[in-house]
Amino acid sequence: MGLSDNAKLATKLLALAAGMLVFAIFVMPPLYNAFCEITGLNGKTGGRYEAVPAAVDSDRTVTVQFVASNNENMPWHFKPGRVSIKVHPGEETNAVFLAYNPTDRDMVGQAIPSLVPFKAAEYFHKTECFCFNQQTLKAGESAELPLRFIVDPDLPRSVNTITLSYTLFDVTERVSAHFDNNNADPQREG
Amino acid sequence: MAHGPQSGFKRWLFTTNHKDIGSMYLWFSFAMFLLGGCMALVIRAELFEPGLQIVQPEFFNQMTTMHGLIMVFGAVMPAFVGLANWMIPMMIGAPDMALPRMNNWSFWILPFAFAMLFSTLFMEGGAPNFGWTFYAPLSTEYAPPSTTFFIFSIHIMGASSIMGAINIIATILNMRAPGMTLMKMPLFVWTWLITAYLLIAVMPVLAGVVTMMLMDIHFGTSFFNAAGGGDPVLFQHVFWFFGHPEVYIMILPAFGIVSTIIPTFARKPLFGYSSMVYATASIAFLSFIVWAHHMFTVGMPIAGELFFMYATMLIAVPTGVKVFNWVTTMFRGAMTFETPMLFAVAFVILFTIGGFSGLMLAIAPADFQYHDTYFVVAHFHYVLVPGAIFSITAGVYYWLPKWTGNMYNETMGKVHFWLAFIGLNLTFFPMHFVGLAGMPRRIPDYALQFADFNQISSIGAFLFGAAQIVFLFNVVRTVMGGKKATDEVWDNPQGLEWTVPSPAPYHTFSTPPAVR
Repeated sequence: MGLSDNAKLATKLLALAAGMLVFAIFVMPPLYNAFCEITGLNGKTGGRYEAVPAAVDSDRTVTVQFVASNNENMPWHFKPGRVSIKVHPGEETNAVFLAYNPTDRDMVGQAIPSLVPFKAAEYFHKTECFCFNQQTLKAGESAELPLRFIVDPDLPRSVNTITLSYTLFDVTERVSAHFDNNNADPQREG
Repeated sequence: MAHGPQSGFKRWLFTTNHKDIGSMYLWFSFAMFLLGGCMALVIRAELFEPGLQIVQPEFFNQMTTMHGLIMVFGAVMPAFVGLANWMIPMMIGAPDMALPRMNNWSFWILPFAFAMLFSTLFMEGGAPNFGWTFYAPLSTEYAPPSTTFFIFSIHIMGASSIMGAINIIATILNMRAPGMTLMKMPLFVWTWLITAYLLIAVMPVLAGVVTMMLMDIHFGTSFFNAAGGGDPVLFQHVFWFFGHPEVYIMILPAFGIVSTIIPTFARKPLFGYSSMVYATASIAFLSFIVWAHHMFTVGMPIAGELFFMYATMLIAVPTGVKVFNWVTTMFRGAMTFETPMLFAVAFVILFTIGGFSGLMLAIAPADFQYHDTYFVVAHFHYVLVPGAIFSITAGVYYWLPKWTGNMYNETMGKVHFWLAFIGLNLTFFPMHFVGLAGMPRRIPDYALQFADFNQISSIGAFLFGAAQIVFLFNVVRTVMGGKKATDEVWDNPQGLEWTVPSPAPYHTFSTPPAVR
């Protein structure tokens, strides 16, 4: 017994508590993101994909459906160019989404993807996507937002339809407040 | 330096005496219990009839949020810490807590935390209104400005709990009287040792999750903001990684209290002491791997649903061991039913009902029906009110004669028990039915067909509230005076706390006792 024993033990326990705080803030979020990326949980799709030459499986056709929606008060008109496309796995395909800013102010939007079925998420590769960057539209401006993707030939046989949804967020205030001319962060999740 | 307490207010402000600090914790928690109870009565008064009668929906949401926060962090947790402060040194033959100054500090920051939390009710935009689970983005993007004060008050409560836990572990591991081996410790000490480790492991996670909220609100990070690449579901994972062990923090010490009381009034030693210890440790371990059963409907792969479902059901095994041991301790015992025993027996029965509804909720496919309905409210109130609150009440009646040197009024204690018992069952049992019928939780208005059951619930709630006034009156009267208690108080109770005089002198076990 004695004060030094108590002090030693208290220091150790305090270190344990500090460790748990670090774990919660700095380990759990990246761990969660990595876990979601690996498993395709929540339909999170990966970042930019470097195309590797692969045989196109022209015997198989997969329907890719596009869904566009706006988060709460986002006023932009946002819709897919075509609602659905039939593709062969392995083939690089282009698609567009149409966005129009009907307001009288310049705005910045950020699209966040989600894909169902979850198990298809890791087989859906985007070589180019407007969701990798924030989109700036001046007042009254409209734009065609490009998307280029490849459905992996290893996509499980049971999946015939993939639905890719984009939710458009108004990030104008966030950008002006915190990240002037900086659109680096969404890349990670893109 | 053997001396008595200082006089006046300084005694309480500067005290490092475990008994003084224990008493302050208990009185503070009782004040918070009444405050949180008043908020519950606002809720029940509004729900007495369908339609909006008394409060606006915004205020109703603030009431549900504050009721939950105050009861969890202000009433139940400090009450257990208070009992630990009073009883653990006396149970292990220690002169005081290991770190008495930190003990003073960990208590005295609590009133400030709750003053800050309570003050949000008077702020522009109102108090937090997003439920005690404060899911993002409801608690970040859509939250009232007072949320920042809520976050800081959570930080302070967390700091207080962590310091309390460190103190308890240091006391138990370093200050036991010679001969008091770990496996001779009373179960209340054992359950608190394990609870303290849970606190140190998860309170920082709670601090972490509110810190992430703070950064999302004020510093432009995107932990929980989908627009910036974050994920609101992450909030739920981090929160429940804290939240599930937290619910065991609120029940494990209760197991310890009940395991102390039942043997005294059954006049038999506790059945299966070591299995109780191992069951407590197993429950603590399992609490870390079941968190996602709170979020079955969030969209998990089937493997995840199955894992969390089975892991959750596994908890029924050690809990079943405990219930079996309590029942077996009572079996063929020479039982008498003084007030502490009444509360302890009601604990065993009603906590088991809460456990069963927990098993129903653990069934992932069925949970999709029950999720966020009053069935969930019924479940967790059945484990917390007759679980945590009844065990604390039982503990107070059991040890009050030792603390004050006076016997409480037995008749009034029994009146308190029966009012509380009837009141709580009237309040919470009908909630099972309205929940199964589909009444959602956290709503100020409801469909007509739920009116009858809600009226019964509201009447029960006011009855339960009235019972607590009887309790307060009884305790105050016992503190003021009354029939003198003997040193043993009860019929041959076990434990070192009964070897000291009643009332327990200001300093006990300045020389360590001999432990057989």
